[in-house]
Amino acid sequence: MTDTEARAAILDLMADYCHFIDDNRLEEWLDFFTEDCVYKILSRENEDSKLPMELMSCLNKNMLRDRVLSLRQANIYNIHTDKHVLGAVRVLGAENGVYRVRSNYAAYQTNQDGLTELFGVGTYHDRITFVGGKLFFKEKIVIADTFGIARMLSTPL
Amino acid sequence: MRNEPPITWPASDFSRVPYAAYSDPTIYEDEQARVFRGPTWNYLGLEAELPGPGDFITTVLGDTPILVSRDEKGTLNAFVNRCMHRGMLLKRERCGNAKNHTCIYHQWSYDLKGGLIGVPFPKGAGGHGGLPADFDRKTIRLHALTIESYRGVIFGTFSDSAEPLVDYLGAEVRHELDRLFHKPLKVLGYQRQRIFGNWKLYNDNVRDPNHGGLLHMFHATFGLYRLSQTGGAKLDARGRHNITWNSLGTDDAKITDKGYEGTKKVLQRGFQLADMSMLRYEREFPDDVSLVILSVFPNVVFQQIANSLCTRQIRCKGIGEMELYWTYFGYDDDSETMTAHRCKQANLVGPGGLISMEDGEAVEQVHRTVLHERDKHARVEIGGKGAIHTQESLVTEVPIRGFYRYYCELMGFPAGQAAAE
Ligand SMILES: [Fe+2]
Repeated sequence: MTDTEARAAILDLMADYCHFIDDNRLEEWLDFFTEDCVYKILSRENEDSKLPMELMSCLNKNMLRDRVLSLRQANIYNIHTDKHVLGAVRVLGAENGVYRVRSNYAAYQTNQDGLTELFGVGTYHDRITFVGGKLFFKEKIVIADTFGIARMLSTPL
Repeated sequence: MRNEPPITWPASDFSRVPYAAYSDPTIYEDEQARVFRGPTWNYLGLEAELPGPGDFITTVLGDTPILVSRDEKGTLNAFVNRCMHRGMLLKRERCGNAKNHTCIYHQWSYDLKGGLIGVPFPKGAGGHGGLPADFDRKTIRLHALTIESYRGVIFGTFSDSAEPLVDYLGAEVRHELDRLFHKPLKVLGYQRQRIFGNWKLYNDNVRDPNHGGLLHMFHATFGLYRLSQTGGAKLDARGRHNITWNSLGTDDAKITDKGYEGTKKVLQRGFQLADMSMLRYEREFPDDVSLVILSVFPNVVFQQIANSLCTRQIRCKGIGEMELYWTYFGYDDDSETMTAHRCKQANLVGPGGLISMEDGEAVEQVHRTVLHERDKHARVEIGGKGAIHTQESLVTEVPIRGFYRYYCELMGFPAGQAAAE
């Protein structure tokens, strides 16, 4: 695969990732991750102070599955729809078939009155890998500039 | 001084809470003066956040910005975080280290004990301008609060008539703080949650052990906290603080199923987490208590949920908004594995917590629906009416009544003549 083809595949993955959250297809969204994936949402405040506490931390795909199960079966949260707007995607490099990718996001939430609020902005720090010719997130670290979480952090960023 | 209390409390046992108390904008400033700047002790932070000389943190007391600063000798001092010149916020950073505190606006600088040490161009320039002849910098000090630490937890008061901190906390609360802060801490980080409801609604929420097993379905479904478990709500002598506690694994299946009858979705059998490691409790206290939610009037909650330890500070942002400021900690001698476990377990709480995210929604939706009510009230009688005392079960909300008894005392709101029918 050429660099151009790899880049096009990465862009597709990034776009699908956002749209599957926004379309509330979270069970299928899980398929974008490897079994040994790491998914974390970090607050910029803690990052800047080198403090380890996360806002959300899934250390494998099972923990991510549990998040989705809990959202579906147990949690009660503000009724809303999500909308992600992805900024330009930077492919920073590749080592041993793992691409380091970085991009900014803006996440909006629209409530039942049809009013939309910016929920947060931040940066995705991703490690993306090919398995069987298909791309997966091996690691997705979301650094939230908006670490003052409005209401609650329910659906993933 | 006002002539008539703006809000009437219909029941002498505080089993009715007037909705106006949550939304009447005229009482907000009064609360800041009578409750937060009144004879109460307010949580300001942890000594572990500013361990060395010159270290400082910025925080709030109610909605007043506060600077807590450790001087050269290691003594803690706290001030209103405001320059004595023209009101500029003195320290803007969340934390740091400083030799002195210098205002960025006009460079007035203060020593770490709050005394003014310098003003630029005191004699003006070229014989003109500058400070007046009678300006005496020695008389100008930052507005100080009285602060005291208990087990490394820093509390402050603006009042000269507050009880000693140990008496204010009382034996029951001190016992829990002794337990939780039994050795040196390591701060693991912060979370901030913006909640769109009155600050008292959150105090109600944490004094309501009943909702813990009903609203938070993750709790009941995965057995971390069920209303059928051994637990209760311990009150201090005045009933203003509350300790909700339980021991996991103590519930009887029959009583549990019967109790949750008709709430099928709350207690769901048959669901299992794919990764159970998050729920593991590494016993670290000399007892079987796996959950403690300790609420100290008026602005803080101390939490043990399994191995997830934190403080939650209530920061007022006006009548209808608050920030919940979560400070997570472990102990200095924690292994890396334990620190990782505490961080993993923090998935349970905070704004994204599997067993806590609901509180933000509940507080907001109550706030919105009672916004314009002036003569209706909430009914608080689970656990019984009348006397306010320690509860031996989780099916109770009596601690809310204790909160309002003290609140009304501070606010000068007369209680109703009779208990609610
Ligand atoms: Fe709760």
